[in-house]
Amino acid sequence: MAATVDHLSTNASHRIASVRRVKNATVWILASASLLAIVGPAIWIIVEVSKRLLRGWHWSVLTEVGSGLAGGLENEIAGTVLIVLVVALLAGTVGILSGLYLAEYGNGPTSNILRTASEVLAGVPSIVLGYVGYVALVVYFHWGYSLGAGVIVLTVMVVPYIAKTTEVSFRQVPTSYREGGQALGMTNGQILSRIVLKSAAPGIATGMIIATAIAVGETAPLLYTAGYSQSLPTLNLTHHPIGYLTYAVWTFYNQPSAAAQQLSFDAAGILIFAVVALIIIARILVSITQRHSEFS
Amino acid sequence: MKVDITLRDEGRTRMLRNLITIKGISRIAAFVPPAALIFVTGVLFVEALPAIKYNGLGFLTQSQWRPGNFYVNPVVTRGVAHPVGASYGALPLIVGTLESSLLALIIAVPVSIGAALVIVEKLPKRMSDTIGLFLEILAGIPSVIFGLWGTLVLGPILARDVFPFISRIAPNVIGFRFFKGNVGHGEGLLTSGVVLAIMVIPIIASTSRDLLRQVPRNTKEGGIALGLTDWENNKWVSLPWIRSGLIGASVLGLARAFGETMAVAMTSGAVLGATSPNAYLPMTTIAATIVSQLDSALTDASGLATRTLAEGALILAAITLLTNLAARLMVKKVSTTALPVGRGI
Repeated sequence: MAATVDHLSTNASHRIASVRRVKNATVWILASASLLAIVGPAIWIIVEVSKRLLRGWHWSVLTEVGSGLAGGLENEIAGTVLIVLVVALLAGTVGILSGLYLAEYGNGPTSNILRTASEVLAGVPSIVLGYVGYVALVVYFHWGYSLGAGVIVLTVMVVPYIAKTTEVSFRQVPTSYREGGQALGMTNGQILSRIVLKSAAPGIATGMIIATAIAVGETAPLLYTAGYSQSLPTLNLTHHPIGYLTYAVWTFYNQPSAAAQQLSFDAAGILIFAVVALIIIARILVSITQRHSEFS
Repeated sequence: MKVDITLRDEGRTRMLRNLITIKGISRIAAFVPPAALIFVTGVLFVEALPAIKYNGLGFLTQSQWRPGNFYVNPVVTRGVAHPVGASYGALPLIVGTLESSLLALIIAVPVSIGAALVIVEKLPKRMSDTIGLFLEILAGIPSVIFGLWGTLVLGPILARDVFPFISRIAPNVIGFRFFKGNVGHGEGLLTSGVVLAIMVIPIIASTSRDLLRQVPRNTKEGGIALGLTDWENNKWVSLPWIRSGLIGASVLGLARAFGETMAVAMTSGAVLGATSPNAYLPMTTIAATIVSQLDSALTDASGLATRTLAEGALILAAITLLTNLAARLMVKKVSTTALPVGRGI
């Protein structure tokens, strides 16, 4: 009798065990499938854009300016490069200094407010920033559609990212590095510039590259601040509209002419190429950063 | 002795001066974000004020979007100049923003958590690094390209092969009835929702992954010692451990979806004045309306059209900022030095 009960219960627990095993396997299969939702779209978008780009690719796209709905993308490429360089210069200066302040001197309640403000700013939708840029810079300051207006809006957008990555990289510099500097009789300024800055540099550079990638790919904040121009960009900060690649994607994709649609995909392809290149550079920098980190 | 003291003093003042300049300059830089934030909200508010006066509370409850007649002289009502017949209601935009973002979240959250679990628990380092690269690429692809792909490639395929199937199998009960009926041509609510989901997956998945990696080994071993299977251990131990962080990450993704502009403007069908009656037909959001309507709004000599868009932007900013703040509060409880996420990469 006892043997039977025992037998029954082991059967039951076997059954429960197998139900649990099946459930376990099912969940992990489903979870693995969700990896496809990450890899799939990324590859799909890159392949689809490349396919349509290659269908009608001419190298002259890189060396001709646009004319109407045809021509090339030289003005847009030069415009994007110029915008991104100026944003990197401006946002880099402000962002890195801001991050330095928060990391080195930012332990009070005021700094917490500054940090929160920066995070809140990072959450403001880009179209809202673009709209304010239009109202304030283009109209009220009479700058017109211009490099200056576009750059300032993008700068406001990416400064929080650069500040945050800079702060994190400064804070990750091992305390022993600083103590070493103190033991050698260095001043705080020397420690900051010769030791801390040096080991935080790869991390800061990563933040800069991420900010650059964001600036390269933005459309909404530029449409009503930088405007658009089919001639090559100039260095004038105001009153001269400027072209950029994302404009070409947005404006040409639903035009009836095949040449215009081709330009849209050409611009999209160049953008993807630029962003992927930036991400790979950032990854290489991150692996350098980790050598300096105390935590890995 | 005297010389010695002055030397030391000089050294100290030099050091102090050095410090003050670095500190002073960097302090000014640190005040740029709050200044920008105040400037942005101030400009938005001042710009939107006449529209708030003219449109009244009806802006939140009505559905019409009539800019009025731009070709006759503006008239003045309640102290605000406006074109004859102008009448705005933003309800469909607000509803569209909420609907598309919630659909995106419903798709993105399970997928992201599932992916994060596999990355942390099952994959060898090399493979999880590769998946991490794809997450970054997905986060880095410009939103205008998501829009391009969504409207020209994904939308038509969904409308032809996927939506009819969902429409057929959706049970005819409240909640799911929304998924029945005309499936449209691929530009509409669910297409936008799917594209938005793909765009927020990198945010939620990478945060979940980093949170899962923070669960202490001892805690997990406790579960294993009790004889839990891998999944049960994650379900009962790891996921509850990081729950507030997961909620925070999801809300952060939601805030990103609320503010997304280009991809929605290109995949939603951008129809004004009505919401989609089911999950498939054209709609629009606040952000998409601003970007697609500002051009024509500029031709309104009275300025009411642009001011109305400012009112929309103000509502959008308020919704996004509140969700963002809520998310940051929740994430802060768990993670410490997570990189900023929220826009792109």
